[in-house]
Amino acid sequence: MASEEISTIVEKVGSSKGGLISILEEIQAKYSYLPEDALRAVAEETGRSLIDIYGVATFYRAFSLKPRGKHLISVCLGTACHVRGGPAIAEEIERQLGIKGGETTSDNEFTLETVNCLGACALGPVVVADGHYFSKMKISMVKEILDKVRIGLDRVEIDTDQRVFPLEVSCARCNHSLLDPRNVIDGHPSIRITVSFGNKHGWFCLSSLYGSYEVSSEYDIPTDTIVNVFCPHCHAELIGGAKCGECGAPMVPMIVRGGGVVQICSRRGCKGHLLDLGGAASE
Amino acid sequence: MVTLYINGLKVSVEKGTTLLEAAQFLGFPIPTLCHMEGLSPYGACRLCVVEIGEGDRAKLVTSCTYPVEEGLKVRTASNRVVRARKMVLELLLASCPQSKIIQDLAAAHDIRQQRFRQEYEDCILCGLCVRMCEEQMMAKAIGFRGRGQNRSIGTPFDMNSDVCRQCGGCMYVCPACSLRCTYTEPEKAICGGCANLSPPCLEKEEFDDMMCYMQPCVACEIKKN
Repeated sequence: MASEEISTIVEKVGSSKGGLISILEEIQAKYSYLPEDALRAVAEETGRSLIDIYGVATFYRAFSLKPRGKHLISVCLGTACHVRGGPAIAEEIERQLGIKGGETTSDNEFTLETVNCLGACALGPVVVADGHYFSKMKISMVKEILDKVRIGLDRVEIDTDQRVFPLEVSCARCNHSLLDPRNVIDGHPSIRITVSFGNKHGWFCLSSLYGSYEVSSEYDIPTDTIVNVFCPHCHAELIGGAKCGECGAPMVPMIVRGGGVVQICSRRGCKGHLLDLGGAASE
Repeated sequence: MVTLYINGLKVSVEKGTTLLEAAQFLGFPIPTLCHMEGLSPYGACRLCVVEIGEGDRAKLVTSCTYPVEEGLKVRTASNRVVRARKMVLELLLASCPQSKIIQDLAAAHDIRQQRFRQEYEDCILCGLCVRMCEEQMMAKAIGFRGRGQNRSIGTPFDMNSDVCRQCGGCMYVCPACSLRCTYTEPEKAICGGCANLSPPCLEKEEFDDMMCYMQPCVACEIKKN
């Protein structure tokens, strides 16, 4: 366990009294559980006693002291889900994964947990897999969902997914289209912009599909770098006043054909974006 | 100085004292379990309930955590208070029937039996040991873990704590466990004192007719491992 990683996290969050849960959350996000060494390191870094940290870590269900699998499956067994057959769903998942609630499969793929209510009682029985909600579950759906989760639910199917559609964007200053038909990403012309970071300056293409995060670029841009974005035609910097809601970096505005503005975060790796179609969408 | 009425008696006490301190200073007995001079009040055992206010607005509060107020009317032994205390004691008996301290308190309150499902815990989660460890011994070796039904007191990861000096203060103040010893699992033991004693039966071979009434027997348990 790299104690430097823990000290970076502690430094980032700050060791004030209220910061403990945030620190534990970050550690949990990083390792998927709270390793004993990490808790000892946190105690050392923040000057708090180990029992205080251990008490908080064992108090909240969100924290786990045992390693968790790559995929987290939560089965709701609240009252509404219970009467609609939640326990049967849980049993079926337990049977297919070969584990009981609260356990992790031996290949570290799945962790199964039962929760008491997800607040979506009208949709019961509810199963949550990696943050995706599956409502009105039936036993016959279990296998399909587990297979999907194994592949990865976050991978969107570009051909069939309704949430993915191409955007035609242009520069806010010269109104020249930013689409580049020569460079195709996801089967559509990509959006070509010029980026600069450090002393590097080069082209950068991103998928024009809304919901896809595929990119290609002249230089490898390290994650977390905030870049300056320019129009390749009029060389004006694409910059607005808005800040990213996810990370606070400046947003890059582009005009959407048909009316509206799309803004993307200028921090590499941040998926913060904002699509404002103005009145056009409702017409 | 704050003037208040305890059981109808007009008294003046210093600002900042608790109802419990005021009442005990004036000689009104209030039973307590989780209270100890020198430790911060916690209000966990609920044995020290008193009734404050009048008429419809009368309510029960824990006297150990309630600071005195100007003109407050306190009753330390009204029917309601006594009933509540008896109930609390019955619940305590239901969880820790083997505690001598709880048994004595129950007997003093004329309780002959309790109505609840009998359990045999060795902890009432009063937190005395936790406060002792933190406030008097400055160690913070033990604390509360988990929540709800799974709440328990112990060291982190159930392992010998680095900061524990094995002073035994936690066991000294405990009203329930009298001696919470885990001599069969030395790595979890809080004091380990008993493991160092040599019970007479260790030399049993020399005394053929010796009989041992210890249940469980320390030496036998150690030998088993």
